[in-house]
Amino acid sequence: MQGLRDGKTLPVLIVLLALVVIWYLGAVWLNTPWQLDTYQRKSVSDWTATQFVTDTLNQNRPVLPAPHQVAAEMWKTIVETAPNSKRSLLYHAWITLSSTLLGFVMGTGLGIGLAVAILNNKAIDRSLMPWIIASQTIPILAIAPMIIVVLNAVGLSGLIPKALISTYLSFFPVVVGMVKGLRSPEAMQLDLMHTYNASTAQTFFKLRWPSALPYLFASMKVAVAIALVGAIVGELPTGAVAGLGARLLSGSYYGQTVQIWSALFTASAVAAGLVLLVGLAERLTLRRMGART
Amino acid sequence: MNSTLVLGAVAVWLMLWGTNEYLVRLKPQSAAMARAIGLLVPALFGVAILVLWEGITRGFGVPTILLPPPSMIWARLTASLPLLWADFRQTFLKSVLIGWALGCGLGFIVAILIDRSTFLQKGLLPLGNFVSALPVVGVAPIMVMWFGFDWPSKAAVVVIMTFFPMLVNTVAGLAASGQMERDLMRTYASNYWQTLFKLRLPMAAPFIFNALKINSTLALIGAIVAEFFGTPIVGMGFRISTEVGRADVDMVWAEIAIAALAGSAFYAGIALIERAITFWHPSIRSAGWT
Amino acid sequence: MKQTTVPAIAAEKLGLTFATNDGPVAALSDVDLTISPGEFVSFIGPSGCGKTTLLRVIADLERPTAGTIAVNGMSPEAARRKRAYGYVFQAPALFPWRTVARNVALPLEIESMGRAEIAARVKRTLDMVELGGFEQKFPWQLSGGMQQRVSIARALAFDAQLLLMDEPFGALDEIVRDRLNAQLLDLWRQTQMTIAFVTHSIPEAVYLSTKIIVMSPRPGRVTDVIESTLPLERPLDIRETPEFLKIAHRVREGLRAGHSYEV
Repeated sequence: MQGLRDGKTLPVLIVLLALVVIWYLGAVWLNTPWQLDTYQRKSVSDWTATQFVTDTLNQNRPVLPAPHQVAAEMWKTIVETAPNSKRSLLYHAWITLSSTLLGFVMGTGLGIGLAVAILNNKAIDRSLMPWIIASQTIPILAIAPMIIVVLNAVGLSGLIPKALISTYLSFFPVVVGMVKGLRSPEAMQLDLMHTYNASTAQTFFKLRWPSALPYLFASMKVAVAIALVGAIVGELPTGAVAGLGARLLSGSYYGQTVQIWSALFTASAVAAGLVLLVGLAERLTLRRMGART
Repeated sequence: MNSTLVLGAVAVWLMLWGTNEYLVRLKPQSAAMARAIGLLVPALFGVAILVLWEGITRGFGVPTILLPPPSMIWARLTASLPLLWADFRQTFLKSVLIGWALGCGLGFIVAILIDRSTFLQKGLLPLGNFVSALPVVGVAPIMVMWFGFDWPSKAAVVVIMTFFPMLVNTVAGLAASGQMERDLMRTYASNYWQTLFKLRLPMAAPFIFNALKINSTLALIGAIVAEFFGTPIVGMGFRISTEVGRADVDMVWAEIAIAALAGSAFYAGIALIERAITFWHPSIRSAGWT
Repeated sequence: MKQTTVPAIAAEKLGLTFATNDGPVAALSDVDLTISPGEFVSFIGPSGCGKTTLLRVIADLERPTAGTIAVNGMSPEAARRKRAYGYVFQAPALFPWRTVARNVALPLEIESMGRAEIAARVKRTLDMVELGGFEQKFPWQLSGGMQQRVSIARALAFDAQLLLMDEPFGALDEIVRDRLNAQLLDLWRQTQMTIAFVTHSIPEAVYLSTKIIVMSPRPGRVTDVIESTLPLERPLDIRETPEFLKIAHRVREGLRAGHSYEV
């Protein structure tokens, strides 16, 4: 609705449409060499342009699958396959989603807890915050394989190691955002609470926490997206058995381009869905607090 | 269990913690003193962590596959410098730097191209924000299919990851010039390009640098993770995944240490240039840390 | 006697109606105006009376929807392209990444003037506003009053004969304002420019101008045109003389007639 009012829907739709057209053109272009090869091998000599184009858009192992091929594969593996079968994308999506959600919840909880600690203890603040800020420049995701293998060696496998990676990744944006948010009340507002002789806890719950909510939701959007990436990357080391990351990897091993693309699209859909859900929670909560959305 | 080591480590930790608690309560007399304390406290904390780590892992005999002591990692690091350098060259100098430069450059150019068209901006910006939430590293296998196993496919992943943050931030930066300043340029009969170079681009600089910094981290992550999907026998991501498979954990830690150093140095380098160019911005003028 | 010189600003039945979400708003309606070269004209009225809109039409920052307007005998757009005026905004609008000298040089750079000429003009205009010596400072190192003076120097940089000022001293405290008012008058006497000055301070309007144009809102229109009888040499304490108060009273009457004091 907001999009319609801003006049944003039409341009976005047109850009998306243009992208789909470019995608089709790209598919024809990139699949042409192989198609020419195939015609030569099968000694097909009387082909028309239309037939050529249709064939490039329906190859088995295309260099660039056409949109309808990806859509068809997604339909097949999501709707037409039973959800508990190992070939169902829903099954794999759930595997990735479950560790994402667990990691995200733990990471957010830890992040809020540490932010409160940083707020209240100056030593923790001055020792830890510089490291937390600096750690945002470090490619933490690179540790993912190691964490998986190490935890497997001590007997933890499956959901928990991946969830721990997601926890670790989503924890940082939440800490940074919450610290900023909990410190966002103006001096005037803090002075006001002081004149009411409010205790630290009262100031926290009545002033700091409500002021921090917008920051919390903003960092949760970042955190949930990065938790998903962590879960996907966490599925790569263990020989890729289950989950969307595993599908991506096995697709690349066996040259199944359409499988890769449909896994990628499903992962993107999951990411978009999660961010949308956080956004929805944000709008509901902030609207109850009188914020203008 | 070696109790002396454990107790010693805990004692050092407590001592350094106490020192920090004392330092943060001091009221420094000069700005230089305040800055020195600001650097000392996290530094002492870092040292304390290292000491505690060393003491606990050695004292409790923690299996090195789980968590090696820092001294072991250091030994492995110094012993494998040629290998680490080759990996660094492959991943950082080639995939990361080239991909980052290309991705940021493209994002910048496209932002300028769509600057005159509000329609295109309204269409592309929501898309850009959407893409930044997606697991873009997932395109790595596709890039390998298109560009081969070597670093160009990793650079391609980096380009895709860094393009949209740069586009979104540059467009936001170009819009940041106030109405008054734009009216001012109009009263000078300034044409589009003069206004762009004399007003809007300098005003956009803080946003552009913000994107460059974010992208530096994304580039490093993208290149390393892309290598998890397959790469020739050199590269930081390659080394990490293969050594993990061989349970050679201190090599993995050594690579991670190099990656951490590379990431922070890259970010700090950009931040320094930012400070020089956007010296006028309130956030830099009242600057403390980042 | 018929005027043989081209008026600096000549408007006839000038009108500007904005289309807003709540219906059309007549920001200017039926404005007739003649300003001769060398005059110091103040526009005074409450918010919504159209004084800023009028200034912006003169500067070609807005297009009128009715009537005609000529600046130095040509259309506002032609005048703007010929750099016939300098504009001073309500805020200094200085570029924080440029030194004071380079800020003043900005319009001259856009005009592609030579470097030596630019340097000479920058020095001259900064001396005129008594900020000689501050060339290498940055805007954030100066006070609000000093920043506004830099903004005025910048508007004087290309020697235009017309200066348009939109409540330039509104954000400053009264003491600074008094000093700047006196300085502005000195400048005006020195350069003999035509100055169009928008304000909502009655003492300021009466103190500075040779002609005061009183405007009222809903629709924006001119209620009174007052030719000042004050002498050209005006020390600050002229503001307590009976002659001054008489003119100020007339301004207030004009505002009341336009229902400016009603909510």
